[in-house]
Amino acid sequence: MSSTVSDRQRAAYIATQAADARVNVEIEAEGMTLNIGPQHPATHGTLRIVVRLDGEQVLWAEPIPGYMHRGYEKLAEVRTYPQITTLVNRIDWLGSFCNEVPFILAAEKLLGVEAPPRAQYIRTVLFELGRIANLILFLGDMGVQLGAVTPVFYAFRDREYVLNLIESATGGRFHPNYDRIGGLKEDLPKGWIDETKGALRHVRDFCDEMETLLLGNEIFAKRCRGIGVIPAHIALEYGLSGANARASGIDFDLRRDEPSPLAWKDADWKVWTHTDGDAFARYWCRLQEVRESTKIVEQLLGGLPSGSIQAKVPRIIKVSAGEAWVHTENPLGEMGYYIVSQGGLGPFRCKIRTPSFSNVSIVPWLLRGVFVPDVITILASLYFILGDIDR
Amino acid sequence: MPQLKLPGLVKGLGVTFTTMLRPKVTVQYTGPHGKEREAPPTRARGVIALKEENCTVCMLCARSCPDWCIYIEGHKDKAPPRREGGKPRTVQYLDRFDIDYSLCMYCGICVEVCPFDALFWSPEFEYSEARIADLLHDKGRLGEWMETVPEPLALEAGAEAKKGGKK
Amino acid sequence: MILGLDLPYWASTLIKVGIALVAVPTATALIVQTFLFKTMAFMQSRLGPMEAGPHGSLQLMADGAKFVQKELIVPDHADRKVFVLAPVIVLISTFLLYVVVPIGPGAVGEALDTGIFFALAVSSISVIGILAAGWSSANKYSLIGGLRAAGQLIAYELPLVLAVVGVVMLAGTMSLQGIVHAQSNFHLFGSSIALPFFIPQIVGFVLFLIAAQAELTQPPFDMPVAESELVAGYQTEYSGLLFLFFYIGEFGTAFALAAIASTLFLGGWWIPLYHPSGAWGDVFGFGVLFVKTMLVSFLIFWIRFTYPRLREDQLQAFAWKVLIPVALGNLVVTAVFKVVLH
Repeated sequence: MSSTVSDRQRAAYIATQAADARVNVEIEAEGMTLNIGPQHPATHGTLRIVVRLDGEQVLWAEPIPGYMHRGYEKLAEVRTYPQITTLVNRIDWLGSFCNEVPFILAAEKLLGVEAPPRAQYIRTVLFELGRIANLILFLGDMGVQLGAVTPVFYAFRDREYVLNLIESATGGRFHPNYDRIGGLKEDLPKGWIDETKGALRHVRDFCDEMETLLLGNEIFAKRCRGIGVIPAHIALEYGLSGANARASGIDFDLRRDEPSPLAWKDADWKVWTHTDGDAFARYWCRLQEVRESTKIVEQLLGGLPSGSIQAKVPRIIKVSAGEAWVHTENPLGEMGYYIVSQGGLGPFRCKIRTPSFSNVSIVPWLLRGVFVPDVITILASLYFILGDIDR
Repeated sequence: MPQLKLPGLVKGLGVTFTTMLRPKVTVQYTGPHGKEREAPPTRARGVIALKEENCTVCMLCARSCPDWCIYIEGHKDKAPPRREGGKPRTVQYLDRFDIDYSLCMYCGICVEVCPFDALFWSPEFEYSEARIADLLHDKGRLGEWMETVPEPLALEAGAEAKKGGKK
Repeated sequence: MILGLDLPYWASTLIKVGIALVAVPTATALIVQTFLFKTMAFMQSRLGPMEAGPHGSLQLMADGAKFVQKELIVPDHADRKVFVLAPVIVLISTFLLYVVVPIGPGAVGEALDTGIFFALAVSSISVIGILAAGWSSANKYSLIGGLRAAGQLIAYELPLVLAVVGVVMLAGTMSLQGIVHAQSNFHLFGSSIALPFFIPQIVGFVLFLIAAQAELTQPPFDMPVAESELVAGYQTEYSGLLFLFFYIGEFGTAFALAAIASTLFLGGWWIPLYHPSGAWGDVFGFGVLFVKTMLVSFLIFWIRFTYPRLREDQLQAFAWKVLIPVALGNLVVTAVFKVVLH
């Protein structure tokens, strides 16, 4: 990193100062500096984006994250593993269970413990349910960002079924805190599998509704097709992951490509990619992913092995010294934990790689030359969650 | 353009129209129309209840809480021997057991970690207060929550039978 | 002439003003309550307001009272006089629209010969108010919203007017009362019952509804008030009573435009087979017009709740490249028909 500040950084700094200024109407010769956020309906949380406009076109844009930084990695240094599991639920708060899994898997890797097959199956099922809950919200939310107020209500209505499922198994709708080193906290209550099958029916109906209401809508197509096109090589350069990358044609899904103790290999499912790389493709990809997740859940629940859900681990867990990196395909993209342990009750250092942080890094490149309403479309289609960016 | 536009736009209108005619999902929580409630699932983490006779003031829950929201004070004292002619026993007495629900994360580590089954989850959630200080539940109130603690649920087919009574 | 009494001009004007002051907010309240609160809720699988009054019917009264008692906040750098005047201009435009809509065979605010022309002219005044609001708010978001609004409203005036011209050609008069009478005498190809104009002018009807949707800045044409982008567009800095004015302006105009659409295309207070007269005729006509207006409003709001919004340039392209050519084509066909059939 050079110690001199580049011209671009200097210009960005001046612009942020200008955008903070009390005088809101600036008659500038080369365009208007607009401050989108941190409090703004379109940025999903407290993301601040400074854009310089020429009329309605963006000349350059600079995202400024950090308004929601909660210091997870520093907190992790002074907490024990069960306590960190609790905290880590809150990183990507919509895909609840998915945050715990890579962390627990990394700790299990260091300990050399493997959870019994029943626990792995249930972990995968809950992981996919978290993905469904997260992506259902995206499907509705994209409608709202574009002006269609109704789909988001359907999204919340049908998400309730999934959240109720998670609550009846784990006790918490948004923060299950269910994964333990060596397995799970407790087994599923009676009747849960039938309840899940009912909920999945609602999810599938919702997907069909969204397909009719939004995907098939010509206005939606006009707003999204060709907007925010990300070529595949650019996506790789910026480290995009998840549906953002798959919509640009990159056939990469960690569930299939990375060996993992979880049970994805025991189900028959496919990875959906799209060639366009525009906002429409990202929406389409995520819709198909929800449908695919329902298939995975049904297959796994149909073949749930019996047995215990917790391997033999000592009461007070001291994870052996070493380093472990585990990454999984979370709803937002690739999430990973790098744990450095020195044999204590908690990790020495825990580095959290979150998908939204990398997904947001493409915003300056992507927003050059687009119109202001397209800015909203692009941000909505990239789908980041602030807790995920800032940790 | 008008010819191509019609189908998708019209089908979308159909979706909203049919939803208008179907029953609504709103649960009317307050007000004159009734106090409808959706009972939370049995395992819902609503409030923590304390069974005082089981507590031995081991402080494990207070130590493992990520927020340090449990305040415990106790003292050691001599209790009469269990049978005639024996030594007096040293017993821990619980003086103060407060849980500050304004800090509590509802993670459940304290309930899990307690070796003596003194803490239980209850799905009760309607205990909001007008003052934050009232969210500090003391021993007596925590004991009252014990009445709302449900029986542990039967498990799904294929689950291993639980050993011991640990929830 | 009001209720058969021959009153001096100033007295009848005063009474009409009084009626308008009551009728317009009531109509607005009715539309907001039925469509914005309840129908929107039902389409979204929820119940809507249920607390204020039976089934939440008094919710708007509560909202109105809340707005009225709020502090009048004018931003520091705003142009105070223009800032306060802008909603008033929009509101004046709304009130003036109600003057020409005929309610019954003998009941109309003011039976103008240039009825529909007056209505269209007056509805364009709101553009000035919106632009003034956007500029004087000293807020970048408001400015963007105001500019978008100006472009959109001016662009969609043309399809609105052209759709109406077809009706005027068929009716032979611009007076709204005259148009209703023309529909009661309109027999297409020797049909036995008279037909309202939306049958020969179906294209015009659709055009009018689309243009009305845009004039009201409702989705899919609500770029000026794009909630998720500009917070509230040109209305961002408004709160309290002035915001209430914008609110009444928006939904009052919705009711008025729906009433005008019913009058131009659906027959207004007239229905084919039953023709009462006198005072009962006025009341019955009012009922008929009311039902038709609610139906048209339902269409307007149904589309509002279902579709996402078009981008500004797509909006403009749609108006200039699609609607206006279609409207002109409709005009030509109507003119040919009129000449051929007579």
